[in-house]
Amino acid sequence: MNLSNTNAKVLIVDDEPNIVLAVEFLLQREGYQTKKAYNGPQALEIAAEFQPDIIVLDVMMPGMDGFEAARLIRQHDALEHTKIIFLTAKGTDRDKLMGYAKGAEYYMVKPFENEELVTIVSEMLAYG
Amino acid sequence: MPLSLVIGCSLAYISLLFLIAWWVDKRSDKGISLGSNPYVYALSLAVYCTAWTFFGSVGRATTGGLSFLGVYLGPTLLAPLWYMLLRKMILISKNQRITSIADFISARYGKSQTLAVLVTVIVVLGIVPYISIQLKAVAFGINTLTHFGEAPPPPPTSIFVDSGFWVALATAVFTAVFGTRKLDPNERHEGLVAAIAFESIVKLLAFMAVGVFVTFFIYNGFGDLFSQAMQRADTAELFTFEAAGVTPLAWNFLCLLSLLAIILLPRQFHISVVENTTPRHIPKAMWVFPLYLLLINIFVFPLALAGKMMFDSAVNPDTFVLSLPLAKGAYWLALIAFIGGFSAATSMVVVEATALSIMFSNHIVVPLMIKTRSLGVGQKKVDGAERLLDIRRISILFMLFLAYWYQKAVGNTYDLVSVGLISFTAVAQLAPSVLGGMYWKRATKQGALTGLIIGFAVWAYCLPFPSMAMAGIIPQSFVTEGLFGLSFLKPYALFGLGGLDPITHAAFWSLMLNTWFYAIISINTQPSTLNLTQADLFVNIHKYIEGHESDILKREAKISDLRTLLNRFLGESRTISLFKEYEVANQVSLAHQKVAQADLVNFVETHLAGAIGAASARLVLDSVVKEEVITLEEVMRILEQTREAVEHSKSMESKNAELKMLTLQLTAANEQLKNLDRLKADFITTVTHELRTPVTSIKALSKIILDYEAELDESRKREYLTILVAESDRISRLINQVLDIEKIQSEASPLKKEEIDLAQLLHQAASGLSQLMSEKGVMLKYSVGFQNFLSEKDTMVVQADWDRMTQVAVNLLSNALKFCHPEQGVIEIHLERKGLYAVFYVRDNGAGIPTAMQQLIFEKFTQLHSHEHGKPQGTGLGLFISKSIIEKHGGVILVESAVGEGTKFEVQIPI
Repeated sequence: MNLSNTNAKVLIVDDEPNIVLAVEFLLQREGYQTKKAYNGPQALEIAAEFQPDIIVLDVMMPGMDGFEAARLIRQHDALEHTKIIFLTAKGTDRDKLMGYAKGAEYYMVKPFENEELVTIVSEMLAYG
Repeated sequence: MPLSLVIGCSLAYISLLFLIAWWVDKRSDKGISLGSNPYVYALSLAVYCTAWTFFGSVGRATTGGLSFLGVYLGPTLLAPLWYMLLRKMILISKNQRITSIADFISARYGKSQTLAVLVTVIVVLGIVPYISIQLKAVAFGINTLTHFGEAPPPPPTSIFVDSGFWVALATAVFTAVFGTRKLDPNERHEGLVAAIAFESIVKLLAFMAVGVFVTFFIYNGFGDLFSQAMQRADTAELFTFEAAGVTPLAWNFLCLLSLLAIILLPRQFHISVVENTTPRHIPKAMWVFPLYLLLINIFVFPLALAGKMMFDSAVNPDTFVLSLPLAKGAYWLALIAFIGGFSAATSMVVVEATALSIMFSNHIVVPLMIKTRSLGVGQKKVDGAERLLDIRRISILFMLFLAYWYQKAVGNTYDLVSVGLISFTAVAQLAPSVLGGMYWKRATKQGALTGLIIGFAVWAYCLPFPSMAMAGIIPQSFVTEGLFGLSFLKPYALFGLGGLDPITHAAFWSLMLNTWFYAIISINTQPSTLNLTQADLFVNIHKYIEGHESDILKREAKISDLRTLLNRFLGESRTISLFKEYEVANQVSLAHQKVAQADLVNFVETHLAGAIGAASARLVLDSVVKEEVITLEEVMRILEQTREAVEHSKSMESKNAELKMLTLQLTAANEQLKNLDRLKADFITTVTHELRTPVTSIKALSKIILDYEAELDESRKREYLTILVAESDRISRLINQVLDIEKIQSEASPLKKEEIDLAQLLHQAASGLSQLMSEKGVMLKYSVGFQNFLSEKDTMVVQADWDRMTQVAVNLLSNALKFCHPEQGVIEIHLERKGLYAVFYVRDNGAGIPTAMQQLIFEKFTQLHSHEHGKPQGTGLGLFISKSIIEKHGGVILVESAVGEGTKFEVQIPI
């Protein structure tokens, strides 16, 4: 457990409430501050105010998808240092390239390994 | 017998006719029609029997023996063919709204004005003498009655004391009143027809009365009469043809001429075709009319023999019908006989004048007035219809006075029968054009025109001109020496063909040359487009109407053909959705119909026109409408024939169109394949995504429980485990539904259709969900669409698959349960019958569906989301499956919703 990051803030965005629930548990257990959003617009709204260090972002969501949300977050001045981790069922190489192109720091395919998620988040917080 | 009595009786009789015609017209205005009576139709056909029959047959029999019968054998021989011939003429005429024989010929050859005028001229010139002999016969009859046994009266000094003039005037007034009572586009005059049918009865009874009187009261029956006649040389020879001077050739021509006359005479065409209300009357007429002819002819020969024996040659044989009773002092019977002859004459004159005036005004006067712009069209104060009727009335007067004049001028040259036969020969000239036109598609306007002109010219040269010469109007030399002194031009021995009686001679040459030129010119000329299409319509009329005698103008087509056509141009899915759209919009089911009515044809044409342009749409549609009468190839062929000059470019165009069609077909097929491919790929991607999602939650949460069980309190653990169960359920549900879709869409597993009760099914589906509803506090309402749906006794039986329909009902109900108002939820189930469909709907009072989403919800994996709670539980396949099931039942499912006002899903399935 990395104590230096206990105040780190993570925003979890997914239209599946059960997945949000699982991710939330895993990150809160690490001592991070978390907030939840269930779609793109909601995510942007909360992110602007909450100013998270990391956003865990789903791609296939109704209305605005994750890629579009990422692009808008990248344009946002206040969110310059926010890092994005895609957590999605879209698993082809092409999808991954697209994800990185949209400005993501990491791309995880569902179903994911709990340890991998936790490790990546903490590493990102530690090393930027 | 006093003249006043005869005139009085005649006037009384005419008044009776007025009364009958007026009464029938009045009834028909009220909708009580005599047109439905086949006997009236059959009797009115007996207008064929004129004063010629009534007086002239007896006269003819005194010199020609049984030869008079030829005039009645022709029609009798033709009667069995009426079912084909007359029926076809009627169908064509109804279809084309034809009102006269001139109209008929003109319509057949491309609605030619020239032909109409020509035919009218031929007919008027040919028939006016015929009318004139009717007037003559009546005048004759009056003279016989009033001056019997005295010297014949001197010719009248002024027309005002001439009975012929008054007869002409009286019939003219009657005809003008009932033949032109109103402007009927079909030219039907019920009152007139009824009066004619009545006259047929009168003349038959009157003639038979005289016959019975002479045969059974003067003589002791047929045997006595005949045996007495056999003992006299001059009457005995009448029993043979040869002695009476009738050759077999003349006999055959007589039959032929009368056979043609029964369909071509303007009055016969008018009564049998124009005034016909339905072709269904023909079978009855086929036996009633010949029977009538038989009855009216039975006593002709006995009367002729009796007259000849009684008077020798002291009395004109044409008056025997009157003279025989008069000689025996039976004045009342003579009067009845006169009325019979009078009715025979008036019925002929009335119908003939009506028919001629229709032709004369429609084809000669009106076109002239249109050309000189004197019809008053566009002038405000002039009633166009009234104006036309006036023209018609004046035409009638004109015809009758022409006849009167003719009688005065040349009427005394021939006996009754001969004038009649001259008219027969004139109208027989129409035969090639009419009959050929109905059965020979290749016949052209030029052929008809040439044939008619030549036939008519030969007729005029061989029959009326010599008679004029004898009357002293033109020099007689051309009869005896030939025109310009050329002996082969002698009108009674044309091209050296002598030894025939004038009628046979004229009929032979005129008909032969007429037919020959008609055929040769037709073969060597190109018909116009209109001529071609009309030819096809006339020759193939049965295919154009196909059992819909009253609705022949409708466009019809086989639904399967329309479907094939649309498939070809628009693709299968678009076709299916178009037909569905049409069914829903018009509340009909096409599933069990074979023939598409006009509006569906138009609907298809409109949509085809959208795809390939209006002209091409018309063209390709023509290949299937009217039961494929005109195939695409045929249309092309007609177009090619039409204009030789542009033939090449036309065929290029057609090739081009074919190529375009092929390209369209290929593109459509290709697009369809691509779509299918993409759909499949999309489906797989979506399914995998939908599967991965629950697997993700399950894996993450179960790992959490496994790794951190000690840290989790009891309630948290329970929550996670509950989610695990729910997500597992979601996976298995998804798998089941994917398999379901596969099953529904494959042809291999048909519906298990049986008679099921929809009311019961809905009740059962709802009660299965009642536990959940009461948990959520939802109120369930059944609403009354038919009888009392509330009671479980009500039924709505449809042919459907019970399990599948239950699946639909449960899906709709659970959707309603899911989306209805969270606190005061109300769900309404409604069932009713709408036409051929059983209709039920499920309505909730939830948030409603935005318009943009309404069509998407029936697609696979569309799910509604709320901002607050993310995705609802579900696979997004439920409505898609419901829709597939309903469509497989031949029904439709519709959504009706507005945001904030709840949602209604309506299902319509055919009963």
